[in-house]
Amino acid sequence: MSQQAGKMSARNWDELMEGIWRQNPVFVMVLGMCPVLAVTVSGVNALSMGLATAFVLVCSCGLVSLLRKLIPKEVRIATYIVIIATFVTVVDYVIQAVSLALYDALGAFIQLIVVNCIILGRAEAHASKNPPMAAMTNALGMGVGFTIGLLALGTVREILGAGSLFGVSLFGADFQPWVIMVLPPGGFFVLGTWLLFFAALERRKQRKLAEATQNA
Amino acid sequence: MNSEAILPQTTPAAAMIRTLGLLSAICGLIIVAAYQLTYDAVQENKRIAVERAVFKVIPAAKSIVEYSALPTGDVEIIGAGGATPPGALKFYAGYDEAGRLAGIAAEGAAKGYADTVRILFAYDLATSSIPAFSVVAMRETPGIGDKILVDKDFLASFPLEAKLSADLKALANAIVTVKHGSKTKPWEVDAISGATITSRAVGKAINDAAQALLPRVAPNLDKLKEKS
Repeated sequence: MSQQAGKMSARNWDELMEGIWRQNPVFVMVLGMCPVLAVTVSGVNALSMGLATAFVLVCSCGLVSLLRKLIPKEVRIATYIVIIATFVTVVDYVIQAVSLALYDALGAFIQLIVVNCIILGRAEAHASKNPPMAAMTNALGMGVGFTIGLLALGTVREILGAGSLFGVSLFGADFQPWVIMVLPPGGFFVLGTWLLFFAALERRKQRKLAEATQNA
Repeated sequence: MNSEAILPQTTPAAAMIRTLGLLSAICGLIIVAAYQLTYDAVQENKRIAVERAVFKVIPAAKSIVEYSALPTGDVEIIGAGGATPPGALKFYAGYDEAGRLAGIAAEGAAKGYADTVRILFAYDLATSSIPAFSVVAMRETPGIGDKILVDKDFLASFPLEAKLSADLKALANAIVTVKHGSKTKPWEVDAISGATITSRAVGKAINDAAQALLPRVAPNLDKLKEKS
């Protein structure tokens, strides 16, 4: 019994970590680049966009998974879009209720979560084939992974481009902000640097693995 | 030949319609519930945002009343529904603690560098001038266009003179943005060098809105004087 439970939690852990690390939507799959580059001008924007996307991911994957036996395959994409659009509308209202300034800062990108390929991809590739618990765990992992990706860009861009972190000034009044970092090109620079970093990590791992097999 | 032979179909149409119908019902319920639950908070947020913006440009104001200036040259209070008659211009009357008129504020908009720059400006009735403005929405380049909020020379253009002509039909002198450093008249806006387009947008937004609104408001000042 406990062995089975252990197996279950190991599987859940696996599902969760897939999105956070092994298949991180931003740094490994390089999906959803439109919001990644556009809204990450500050840490707050990145965090709220990540949370909004994660919420839509978890809810829509849960509902898709619940209804997976009822959905005819001919109309599955239409069904997924309706479900995703519903939760995006909910997020839209909630963000307006929380803060109008944040709503204005995120602009059209809240509504555009509907066509975020990570969510549709999860619904099609995972939630439609797995029970609700596994689907939602996997979606949560992807959502957290996406949020981490956004934060990695948002915090770096805010520190360099505005000299602050989550709105708190870091360097005082004499700091000359590196304005290009909060402009669109800055998004590409920072994303490229992060991808370079992760590619270097991957190569190091491969080299170590090769050395280990050689020695053996 | 029937249609099934052309289009092989494994699911009967009834099942698809049933699923989509059920799903639409569930999703409709979720959306309505979310709308109802957040409605009050959203409206309250919007009201606070307007109040904050007006209080910023009319520092003496402690409360505001929304008015619309009708094409007939009359003004009336906008009711709780927020509906305005066609052709009406919306403006805010700010009142101080004693309920006396501290100034009026209105929105203006003009094309900036990236997108429309929407501003809110105050109008001081005692001096017939525009003491300050604030930005409602803009997408100007950070570090360049958004200097309109902080640039000292640009902000020193305010208060801008905005006297009406003798027949009360338009401003006596149109508000214009001039090249950096060449401001000589009290109705000119000193442009920021490097952000000329955004500076011009501010001048044009104020001018367009003031030219349209002030001739309608001016004859009704007695109505606005005390908070009703």
